[in-house]
Amino acid sequence: MVKNVKIDTESSGAENNQGKFDGPDASGHFGPYGGVFVGETLVAAVEELAAVYEEISDDKEFWDEYDSQLKYYVGRPSPLYFAQRLTQSSGGAKIYLKREDLNHTGAHKVNNTIGQALLAKRMGKTRIIAETGAGQHGVATATVAARLGLECHVYMGADDIVRQAPNVFRMKLLGANVVAVKSGSRTLKDAMNEAMRDWATNVDNTYYIIGTVAGPHPYPKLVRDFQCVIGREAREQSLEQIGRLPDALVACVGGGSNAIGLFYPFLKDESVAMYGVEAGGHGIDTGEHAAPLSAGVPGVLHGNRTYLMTDKAGQILETHSISAGLDYPGVGPEHSWLKDLNRVTYVDATDSEAMEAFHQLTRLEGIIPALESSHAIAYGTKLAAKMGKDKNLIINLSGRGDKDIETIARIEGITL
Amino acid sequence: MSRIKQVAKQASQQGRKLLIPYLVAGDPDLSTTLALMHVLVDQGADIIELGIPFSDPSSDGPVIQRGVERALSKGVTLQNVLNLVAEFRQSNENTPIVLMGYLNPIEIMGYASFVENAASAGVDGVLVVDMPTTESEQLHGLLQEREIDTIYLVAPTTRDERLETICSHTSGYLYYVSLKGVTGAALTDYESVAANIAKLRERSDLPIVIGFGIKDADSAKAMGSLSDGVIIGSALVEQIAKLSDQTNPNETILAQTTDVIKVAREALDSI
Repeated sequence: MVKNVKIDTESSGAENNQGKFDGPDASGHFGPYGGVFVGETLVAAVEELAAVYEEISDDKEFWDEYDSQLKYYVGRPSPLYFAQRLTQSSGGAKIYLKREDLNHTGAHKVNNTIGQALLAKRMGKTRIIAETGAGQHGVATATVAARLGLECHVYMGADDIVRQAPNVFRMKLLGANVVAVKSGSRTLKDAMNEAMRDWATNVDNTYYIIGTVAGPHPYPKLVRDFQCVIGREAREQSLEQIGRLPDALVACVGGGSNAIGLFYPFLKDESVAMYGVEAGGHGIDTGEHAAPLSAGVPGVLHGNRTYLMTDKAGQILETHSISAGLDYPGVGPEHSWLKDLNRVTYVDATDSEAMEAFHQLTRLEGIIPALESSHAIAYGTKLAAKMGKDKNLIINLSGRGDKDIETIARIEGITL
Repeated sequence: MSRIKQVAKQASQQGRKLLIPYLVAGDPDLSTTLALMHVLVDQGADIIELGIPFSDPSSDGPVIQRGVERALSKGVTLQNVLNLVAEFRQSNENTPIVLMGYLNPIEIMGYASFVENAASAGVDGVLVVDMPTTESEQLHGLLQEREIDTIYLVAPTTRDERLETICSHTSGYLYYVSLKGVTGAALTDYESVAANIAKLRERSDLPIVIGFGIKDADSAKAMGSLSDGVIIGSALVEQIAKLSDQTNPNETILAQTTDVIKVAREALDSI
């Protein structure tokens, strides 16, 4: 049975880390990060959600249902795949890919929407809203809403709607109303603002399915718990297929849900190094990127305190990434805490590095990765090259790249 | 006695309802805001709420969002807003100024320097929309040391046990949000407002004012008769939008812009 994640403490260093990785505390904080920074209208709603989530944390029936849906509807467990040619080409550590791209709807996002849709059902909500950047979370939300027969509205930045046309059409096919958000920078952060406005307006009958480990408590915790299936499987598969724990984990970080899902079940295993790869855009030096952990400062946005890209006057900066799913100025508060604790190393990969990795994986392994995941591939192959051949590395292949082929074609001047 | 307390006491002695206009600082530019503030006082404003522009105003409706975008397009910062208050104070010692905004600009400035600057500028109250009582301990404490009121919102969704906490934390006035939604939405459910105001009365002696959705004489009168006063934001900001292509609008134009406040004053005085 899947339950609130209990971490094995068999590794030697577990005692030293006691407590540090057990967040959030009762009020939703990871050290100084996280919390509940929302308007008063939404306070009761997030408190109700926290109470319901607490209630189901030991409810066998809930988690059995969740497990069963992941197995029969999503197609879990996802394989841990040894990427032989990618490994040879990198010339170092053995590279394994955690194949979240093989999930129903094509990314890790569905692990979370299945769980939150079950919560919505339990709370008697009839209307679902969500924000989306690349459209993967929007599709995963529209999918579960269709399956439960719930009304669904997805907020999406007007610019992202252009970048991710196939996903927009997919959501519409699934019966969702896709709302174009034209305020601010017209991307993911503005979609999130608009979803929060909708939630405040329709709070009685509406459940807000946040797509990442950000937002007010309890979202960072519950989204993490729903995504931890990635790391739990990877840990078991690693022991079974490699015969021991991996030496390093690599995942891309936008809001950070696929990364925390992979990392969390390994946090107390000191021998496992972890790397979160942010979107370096045109390069951190240019200022045109989406890498708050690499180049930001702590601040408050969208319900939580976390590292942000903000100017000296406290205005949120516009971000840039080739990948709509990473184009966000904040990051989940638990990542901020893991950065400060030096447990996870946060690095970046630029647009062009991600593009190169996209082609590399496609040609070497016959797997077309999402542009988001391509950032993890880009850094992961560099890292593997520096590690010994006896080492093992897991890269989270968080989504497939079919949605990105138009973007790739456009950038490379190809007319489809 | 704090300015807000002073004004509220006078109003209550005179049987006068409080009228609190909200405008975005720097919309359409800082000098126009300063001129508007003086005109608002002439039109019968008792307290002025000055919005601190923030790039992600997730509790605000489209009208105020656009006002914020106009201010940000001029590069208006929190420091500019504090300077604006100081400038207003040079010719007005009496009208309380409440800063209303989101937490990030204050976090980035640093709580201590924000409070220090606000106190020396002559700010009377601070309302941080996305800072509920549970997250406010440090900033609230610093504001209290400098005798600046911290104002919290009460919403239709606020549960009874939270009312106690909010009432005990708030000083200045209690701000009741009339509706579930964002600023400028349509106000329809008068009955629930009356019931919730009654609950607040049982728990607090502070003046209770109502905001969100008040836009004309009728809504001002209806909400004013249930409470100690009203806040008018979007309806004013919508008029200010028309000033964005004007340079140095004259007194007549400014008075036209703030007419909604004059009309609300008359409506409140007729209660």
